[in-house]
Amino acid sequence: MFAQNVKHFRQKKLSDDDFRRFRLQHGAYGSRLQMNYSMIRIKVPSGEVNPEQLEKIASLSEAFSIGSAHVSTRQNIQLHWVQLEDVSEVMTGLVEAGLTTREACGNTVRNVMCSHFAGVCPDEKFDATPYAKAIARFFIRNPMCQNLPRKFKINFACCDNHGLARIADIGLIPEIKDEKRGFKIYLGGGLGAASFIGHLVEDFTPESKLLPTCMATIRLFDRHGNRENMARNRMRYLVHEVGWDKFQRLVFKERSIVEMTTANYTSKLFDVKAEEETRPLPKAVNPKMVKLPMLNERVTLESPAYERWLHSNVVPQKQDGYFTAFVTLAAGDITANQLRILAGAIREFSAEGTARNTPQQNLAIRYIRAVDLPDFYNRLGSIGLANPGALTIASAVGCSGTTSCNLAITNSHRLAKEVEYKFLELGLDTDDSLRDSTIKISGCPNSCGQHEIATLGFFGGASRIGPTMAPTYTMLFGGSAGEQSELGKAIMRVPAKRVIDTIRKIIEIYKQERSDSETLNQWINKIVRGEGTGSVRNIENMKASLTPLMQLLPVEEDPEVYSDYGNDARFSAKTARGECAA
Amino acid sequence: MTIENASRSKTDTKEDIVETNKNYDFQLPIICDVDTLRMLIRKDGVRVVDVRKTEEYRQEHIPSAVSLPLAQLLEKDIPTAIMDILQNLGISDKMPVVIYDNTFGALAARVAWSFQYVGHPNTALLEMTFSQWKNLGLETETKINSFPMKTHSLTINHSIHADASYVEAAKEQPNKILIDSRERLNFLTEHIPKAKNIPYTMLGSNGSILRSPEEIKRYIENRGIPVDAEIITYCGSVGTLSGLTYYALKLAGIENVRLYSKSFREWKSLGKPKEEFKDANYWDLSAD
Repeated sequence: MFAQNVKHFRQKKLSDDDFRRFRLQHGAYGSRLQMNYSMIRIKVPSGEVNPEQLEKIASLSEAFSIGSAHVSTRQNIQLHWVQLEDVSEVMTGLVEAGLTTREACGNTVRNVMCSHFAGVCPDEKFDATPYAKAIARFFIRNPMCQNLPRKFKINFACCDNHGLARIADIGLIPEIKDEKRGFKIYLGGGLGAASFIGHLVEDFTPESKLLPTCMATIRLFDRHGNRENMARNRMRYLVHEVGWDKFQRLVFKERSIVEMTTANYTSKLFDVKAEEETRPLPKAVNPKMVKLPMLNERVTLESPAYERWLHSNVVPQKQDGYFTAFVTLAAGDITANQLRILAGAIREFSAEGTARNTPQQNLAIRYIRAVDLPDFYNRLGSIGLANPGALTIASAVGCSGTTSCNLAITNSHRLAKEVEYKFLELGLDTDDSLRDSTIKISGCPNSCGQHEIATLGFFGGASRIGPTMAPTYTMLFGGSAGEQSELGKAIMRVPAKRVIDTIRKIIEIYKQERSDSETLNQWINKIVRGEGTGSVRNIENMKASLTPLMQLLPVEEDPEVYSDYGNDARFSAKTARGECAA
Repeated sequence: MTIENASRSKTDTKEDIVETNKNYDFQLPIICDVDTLRMLIRKDGVRVVDVRKTEEYRQEHIPSAVSLPLAQLLEKDIPTAIMDILQNLGISDKMPVVIYDNTFGALAARVAWSFQYVGHPNTALLEMTFSQWKNLGLETETKINSFPMKTHSLTINHSIHADASYVEAAKEQPNKILIDSRERLNFLTEHIPKAKNIPYTMLGSNGSILRSPEEIKRYIENRGIPVDAEIITYCGSVGTLSGLTYYALKLAGIENVRLYSKSFREWKSLGKPKEEFKDANYWDLSAD
């Protein structure tokens, strides 16, 4: 059907708008300033992707895309620069592997996320994965959400610390009360030009009310959401405008209506049992954390590469003797060949036999036995995927930026890669005081790089410096994810080519100013609150310390600093219409 | 030629005639499958040509194969030199020739096209690469094969070749379509104006250098290219990737296909016009 519609579109039998809507509903996004190409967004509910699927993605990316695939910050896997005429071929291939792009874009329920630690997290109440998958299955193709005012995002967490429950339209954290399963449900969060943190519906929502709460929320959004103003039609604006108290009451009321009117048949389509893992997996023998000796030892730039990797890429699971290893991908990119070899390694070394992709744009391979870790590491090394730093400040997040996106102003994707290369070269992954800090970069204010929840966040723009336009990033301080999510505070604009120097300068100041065991993340938060104790006490002091770095020579003397990464030519901000809200 | 060789080739003339009558009525399809090749080898009714590097050939090759590294052919890529190659490999006018490589078929395709260009239509590509042949556990040998020289006529098939001026003129004709066989990012960077992109990576499948004719035909149709169009293929430098595309299109039933063998390298060196796309940093998406 997609191929037929492409033909009709080419023959002008199908209007631009109708075709765009159809294309987006099926997961094909227009490429930057080149509408003959698409970015194909493969939905990966809860991020869980098996080796056969990885192999299929590898062969499709080689045949029809650019030979690399890209892990997004919402656990999708994206294939870029696919010719419109080949999109149908990719979709057919994906279906063969049990994958879909259906409703990956457009005004629908997007990919349902779930913490990649779900099922192995030592702090979780229970595994949220089957719930996330059942919710995804329930809403896909569901008539109630085929034409919402705008896109709709649902995120499951595993515990209070992991996951992105507070920045979604619906965010859920597993909870147990009186030995009964349920969730803490947050509504109306989301990042974008204006970001909001979600509100807690009630202290405890029992499992039985999970589906009615989600349905009620979507129905309210569908009925009351803004369909006129594209810039303010996400549900978070509705919640903000109506006010939380009133919205909360509307949710309770709508939920009772849903509960009274939903057919038994419909409710049964939400089938958590069907999504549960049927194969016997190793169970938690001892729920206390089991540690590899190496995990807690200090490592340095001089440590053996394997120990450095172990230190920054491997964590113990709640299942005694099993570990989760992270594959560090530069801004989420992985080649077809790497995918194939990795698929083999997953079959061989992971007792659950699947991978999860992460919002940090890495891959988590779980259920690896301690004894197998060296072999697994060597296998990764054979394909250039054994970089350390996945769980550290070095693993910078970057959206696709000007590599592919119509809305992007700057090349955030390349900048994230540059940060990662530089920080690994400097060995910053070995510095435990930087470990809980994050760097996230978006190419425009729209937050696909999730810059508001980073310790140091950046979003791209264009600024006039003297008589010249230059790519710049607005730097934010002190954002965080998890249940205590905070949004970062905008500090100042930084020329693109000075971002890395600026981060290094901040680290340098932190090292001079910190008190004993304070981490960079803790110190940054203290500065944001104006509670610093040294010479840099607040944001104003910080800005003053960084200002010298922002001084640029005139463009004639240093043209390079006025250009963006990946471009020799003079910078000019080019964007086209966004497609999210077609 | 040494005296020894010369005297041998004299005595071989009779045999040549006998062989032609006995075996060479077999007309190869575009792609030769493994069973057919093995049958022909058993009957001594085929010349198998290995276009990998000499060292690779020396290590092992398909039984009875002769060595013709692609570089040797490209050294003097003119019809008379290619005719000499045919003669030196002991290939007479009607002898079936099956060519293989270990580079997904592109090198073999370029050699096969050259043979057909100088008037040896009975040429086919082996359906798989040498590695795949080996993986199937099929027979190989290490013996260096050489065969008595044969005479071969020279009949240039102009209808399968395009040069720069032909391509330039074709751009303006709606029934002639240019296909760029390079990978997507190279194509986006720059290409001959109006060319359509079918990356060579679309053509192969697991275990075979070319997908089924139906699939290739569908890709062509999806692009709105009529099967009765004349198609000119080109790639980056010497016509290997586009050589494979040439055969893919023939396999899909396109009658009228030409190879611009000197490809984009020559086009650029001649300073001909290009289409470029510089508004996106797509190279930074590649994980290579």
